[in-house]
Amino acid sequence: MDALRSSPSAVARVLDARQAHFNRRNRLNYFAIVLSMIAMFFGMFWLLWILWETVSQGVAGLSIAMLTENTPPPNEPIGVGGLGNTILGSAMMVALATFIGAPIGILSGIYLAEYDPRGKIAGIVRFVNDLLLSAPSIIIGLFVYEIMVVTLKEFSGWAGAVALSLIVIPIVIRTTENMLALIPSSLREAAYALGTPKWKVITRITLTAARAGVLTGILLAIARIAGETAPLLFTALNNQFWKTGLSGPTPNLPVTILQFAMSPYENWQQIAWCGVFLITFAVLALNILARFLTRGVQASN
Amino acid sequence: MNENLTPPPNKMTVRNLNFYYGKAQALKGINLDIPERHVTAFIGPSGCGKSTLLRTFNRMFELYPEQRAEGEILLDGENLLKSKHNVALIRARIGMVFQKPTPFPMSIFDNIAFGVKLFEKLSRVDLEERVEWALRKGALWDEVKDKLEQSGASLSGGQQQRLCIARGVAIKPEVLLLDEPCSALDPISTARIEELIAELKRDYTVIIVTHNMQQAARCSDYTAYMYLGELMEVGQTEQIFLKPSRQETEDYITGRFG
Repeated sequence: MDALRSSPSAVARVLDARQAHFNRRNRLNYFAIVLSMIAMFFGMFWLLWILWETVSQGVAGLSIAMLTENTPPPNEPIGVGGLGNTILGSAMMVALATFIGAPIGILSGIYLAEYDPRGKIAGIVRFVNDLLLSAPSIIIGLFVYEIMVVTLKEFSGWAGAVALSLIVIPIVIRTTENMLALIPSSLREAAYALGTPKWKVITRITLTAARAGVLTGILLAIARIAGETAPLLFTALNNQFWKTGLSGPTPNLPVTILQFAMSPYENWQQIAWCGVFLITFAVLALNILARFLTRGVQASN
Repeated sequence: MNENLTPPPNKMTVRNLNFYYGKAQALKGINLDIPERHVTAFIGPSGCGKSTLLRTFNRMFELYPEQRAEGEILLDGENLLKSKHNVALIRARIGMVFQKPTPFPMSIFDNIAFGVKLFEKLSRVDLEERVEWALRKGALWDEVKDKLEQSGASLSGGQQQRLCIARGVAIKPEVLLLDEPCSALDPISTARIEELIAELKRDYTVIIVTHNMQQAARCSDYTAYMYLGELMEVGQTEQIFLKPSRQETEDYITGRFG
């Protein structure tokens, strides 16, 4: 019996061992935190540097003329001309690509989440969609070059918009499916329990409940294509004139940045920096908006 | 409860009902009568099949292709499981309220009007009247009459559950299925729902699944005890709780297992 009863010294020994173990854990914890902080600062350093370069080089040339005037010829003095035509061209192509891609993406996402979540076709669609999602965008550009530019014998903004829409579709499919899958099945059952037909359950209940998430997917897709250069190289090409249609080579921001940044002309380089600044902050704004919308979703769930 | 010697007429009758989740049999040869304008409670331990049984009454299980029911479920003498019956019309006659409140992503008014508009074309005035009527039936009108345009999700859990009951009542069903309607609610909200159930049985046949035996004792007229997919015993609630005829029922009710 005496052996089982713990003496004060035995209790102290147990507490000491516990303290030593705890100290060791604490040191390990501290070490791990320091390592992860170093990793984070390493990553942040480059990102902030890029952002800093973008701001410091881009802000200098920013003016109203930069937003409204056409791209200038080389060797003009700095401050002449702007990016107006390329902003308009990019906006038109991005808008059309979203207009084509978003409905196809949403409808496919609905099919995957609501009609055939575990089916064979859905499995194939998901697999192909994953491939499309990770396909290098230059391949999408080449594909559209083959089917549109070669057959129609013309570079055009239409072809550019189609190429961009092929990037929009998989992103929107993925987010729409994920957002619909997050809707609790009890909400769906409650709608069916009233005798609601399926199409109405989807349009009025589940899609409405998921709308912030679906909208976020579209915004992220827009943010992605706003800066895509490769698909436009083979499709929209570029153009230095003011143009309100999409036929023929169409001015656009990403390809202009590429050409101007690679050029030896100082005025072009300055304009390229402004373009980089504009795209970066447009994308940043879209991401913040998307973040804001998803926060709304989480709060309401 | 024992006011009548002649039992009330049956609203629903279950005959030889078997139910399968894929290959697993969840209900075995259920035979049961549901009396009209009374409250029938299904009790039993988790997994005994009481919710499964409830979900056959409005053919909810059909949403899941691997689930299947055999046998007869008669509503006023008609077999609901025959596929010639339009499932939407059956669900308009048999409303259902779920365990967790499920307000639709729309205003309080539209939550009620949504189901009504599926089956009836009403003028704006008639629709407003119907919404008010349903919200009064759901004992919610006084709390929401000044904020009908607010989102249904803005209500408290207990209010949301009463909104769901009002939404079910609004399309004027004959039977109301309540699947553990109070399990996510606090005691005060639970008491309000139980009062509401006592009100509703004047007009509707109510079937409630509950884990809470006190609740079954408080608000039901008839109780069915289920165990492992079988209906062990059914009768007047008083009789089931005071002098059950089977030992298993008594063991469950007295808390010896379950």
